Amino acid sequence: MSGRALNLAAFAAIVILALTPLWAAQFTITLLNYIGIYALVVLGIVLLTGVGGLTSFGQAAFVGIGAYATGWLTTVHGASPWLGLLFALAVTAAVAALLGAVTLRLGGHFLPLGTIAWGLSIYYLFGNIDALGGHNGMTNVPPIRIGPLSLEPNAAIYYLIWAMLALAMLAIANLLQSREGRAIRSLRGGAVMVESLGINVFRVRLITFVVAALLAAMSGWLYAHMSRFVSPAPFDVRMGIDYLFMAILGGSGQIFGAVVGSALVTLLGNALQDLLPHLSSNGQQLQAVFFAIVYVLALQFARGGIMPLVLRYLPRRATPAPRKADPLPRRKMPEPGQPLLVVDGLVKRFGGLEAVSEVGFAVTAGEIVALIGPNGAGKSTLFNLITGVLPADAGTVLFLGRDITHANQRRIAAAGIARTFQHVKLRSSMSSIDNVLLGTYLRTRSGFIAGALRLDRAEEARARFEALHQLERVGLGAHANELAGNLPLGRQRILEVARALAADPALIILDEPAAGLSRPEKRALAELLRALRKEGVTVLLVEHDVEFVMTLVDRIVVMDFGAKLVEGEPAAIRADPRVQEAYLGSVA
Amino acid sequence: MTPDIALILGIDGIATGSIYVLVGLGLVLIFSVTRVVFVPFGDIVAFSALTLASIQLNRFPGTVYLILTLALVACAVEAVSLWRRGRSRQIPRGVFLYGVLPLIPAAIAYLTAGAELPAMVQILLAIALVTPIGPLIERIALRPIADASVLLLLIVSVALTFGLSGLGLLFFGPEGFRTKPLTTEVFRFGSVIVTSQTLLMVASAAVFSLLLFLFFEHTLSGKALRATAINRVGARIVGIRPASSGALAFLLASLLGAISGILISPVTTLYYDSGFIIGLKAFVGAIIGGLASYPGTAIGALLVGLLESFASFWSSSLKEVIVFSLLIPVLLWRSLSLTQVDEEDEEVQG
Repeated sequence: MSGRALNLAAFAAIVILALTPLWAAQFTITLLNYIGIYALVVLGIVLLTGVGGLTSFGQAAFVGIGAYATGWLTTVHGASPWLGLLFALAVTAAVAALLGAVTLRLGGHFLPLGTIAWGLSIYYLFGNIDALGGHNGMTNVPPIRIGPLSLEPNAAIYYLIWAMLALAMLAIANLLQSREGRAIRSLRGGAVMVESLGINVFRVRLITFVVAALLAAMSGWLYAHMSRFVSPAPFDVRMGIDYLFMAILGGSGQIFGAVVGSALVTLLGNALQDLLPHLSSNGQQLQAVFFAIVYVLALQFARGGIMPLVLRYLPRRATPAPRKADPLPRRKMPEPGQPLLVVDGLVKRFGGLEAVSEVGFAVTAGEIVALIGPNGAGKSTLFNLITGVLPADAGTVLFLGRDITHANQRRIAAAGIARTFQHVKLRSSMSSIDNVLLGTYLRTRSGFIAGALRLDRAEEARARFEALHQLERVGLGAHANELAGNLPLGRQRILEVARALAADPALIILDEPAAGLSRPEKRALAELLRALRKEGVTVLLVEHDVEFVMTLVDRIVVMDFGAKLVEGEPAAIRADPRVQEAYLGSVA
Repeated sequence: MTPDIALILGIDGIATGSIYVLVGLGLVLIFSVTRVVFVPFGDIVAFSALTLASIQLNRFPGTVYLILTLALVACAVEAVSLWRRGRSRQIPRGVFLYGVLPLIPAAIAYLTAGAELPAMVQILLAIALVTPIGPLIERIALRPIADASVLLLLIVSVALTFGLSGLGLLFFGPEGFRTKPLTTEVFRFGSVIVTSQTLLMVASAAVFSLLLFLFFEHTLSGKALRATAINRVGARIVGIRPASSGALAFLLASLLGAISGILISPVTTLYYDSGFIIGLKAFVGAIIGGLASYPGTAIGALLVGLLESFASFWSSSLKEVIVFSLLIPVLLWRSLSLTQVDEEDEEVQG
């Protein structure tokens, strides 16, 4: 199947979906309505959990908030369901923002446990507010009307449900291919790298969380006006758990996984309801057991869900090479020779160990400076202090005359410092060019809404062109669409350099960039760094390859046991007996 | 609220809290040794109560069928796993551990069905029947993925909750039960009345916490568990098998759960699915202790008990809302006190 055939298949699917109400039985349409309503919630989980790595068992509560908000406004106040939709979205966004602000800083298992807790809390609240009908719920929720047309019949609301789902899927797909979407995709696997690019991890998490909650609220709105009845039962935390498993079964990282997962669970549940009573008088109970077995087996043997298995047989849509576009605006580089980075009396203690003790040195604009020293001398710790990953215990760091000692990683990145890491930090399931595009985050502006509505295309084209340019510059132009994780380690290091360059830094800090490179690759890297120096970019690097350092850099700072040993030009350093002693031991 | 009422609520809260202490300690024990956030743990508590109720009512306890089901599956999983690793000769031992041992109490229950047993024997039988549930579930569903991320283990354990409560409904039915009081004496301290049941609950929590402490401090197995909790790889290097440590942790925790069920069953009517809420409340306590500290968990669990007791006085219908909402300020406090960024984030897909 080619890309065109794929488009044809998608078109056919839409036509079939559109014609279904003409021939299908009422019951089939009802099932499809439920699949669509569930898929909206699951789509949010795909974004939140599958892409962003934030697990929530509590989405059912947001469905409930949406349903109750519109139910209350339309029955108690007689408002139009469309006003109910706005109200549902507003209330849900407010609650989600509040809950997210409190719980999203926690990683790992605390967040999902937290979601179970507030999921239960909100559920019990529904049943105990008399204005919301208590445990009996609210009846006579009005149907949705479009002008004179009532969407009360099953087949009528069917179109609204699937249209909303299709639009939501399209918007999320667009979002994921945009600047903020890449930020969401980078959330999985450690915040240090993401923050070093100027991305506010907490903000991205919070907005992703609110978006997922809004999708759930839309689903709740549709549910309330479809069933015309709202009670606490469908918003129990168990339903929230089911939503998560729909996402996992469907393929939690895939947008279509949302539809596949909700269809699978809904249809399977329906089939079991028909089948199990024939097998046992306790059919209802066996259904829960059956699903538990399916979930556990899926998690043991097919953690990626169904979509990856399907995708294996579908052609990958070839990503077109970025077209030529206007370059992104560049930073005005500092005048060569002026002091760029001034480190003074910097101290870092880990318990009793002083990893960096009173280190001071200066880097002037336009030079290449190497920091060398034996293993454990404190070089990487020093880099982490300068770039704001670790807080310093004493001392100051000035960058272009500004004190950045206590600035966070994002402010330091915005000031014009980009870095690579000793242990490569890439997103291995993203393509090389997407990894480099992360580096352009601070040079671009498009937000979530612009991304979802494709209003960001002009800027996106410029960013893509810039990313490709940087890839070509480091010699990875041919690997732009390859997954970063498939590159050999040496090339991954170079990819990090391209990502750092995409940020258009005034100072680039490289932690062992030549480790794992072949001889010709090292030579190419040295050429690249010399070219950068010519452009006015300043380079500070840690490197163990003495030959590489000696032939490349202007000055060397030598560290040993956390302190600065000596500083000077390569030839002087090579001759210095203290350096020889630090590396080789004293010639006693 | 008068001081008298406050005192009564306080005593009540400490009594419920001591149950949460036992359950919370079990949860932390399992989590620290195996990294599994064992959400279905509360079900063991509820099943233990329902088992004792069945025995007291002279009904055949559904637990026997539950254990039989789990034991059969566990034997199959163990046999296949041994066979695939080329250790077929150990299969009889596996079948003995996971098939025969857990069924001994079940066989006793079968043989004594209908006989009038002394109360103490009934209780011991109920505990013995329920205790194998934890290790069997560990063998069936958790050990095969023991090296997966904490998050994946959590999601699996949530799925297990579904299955276990489904089996609970199947084998225990939808009715709720309350068991006969263990003791009926009443003590008066001035104007305050304390039932001996309350004292028993508090004393049991204290005694079993102490026993757990002594086990960790003074036995080789206890130290092995602590070593596994601190560093799995390191423990393996010095010859501690993480699988055995895991099984032992589940066994001990399961025992704590069974005892908690016996203690709570005379004061609360329990249903097949009551365990979920009990377990989660104990989790709130354990999270106050950071899911790591035993004393922290005990204090947290007592707080949850007290809060629940006072909350039910203010508004009995909103008591669950108040208890579970407590987790939000707790998480906020924990996230603000979180200084170091957690670099090794977990991923769902392994």
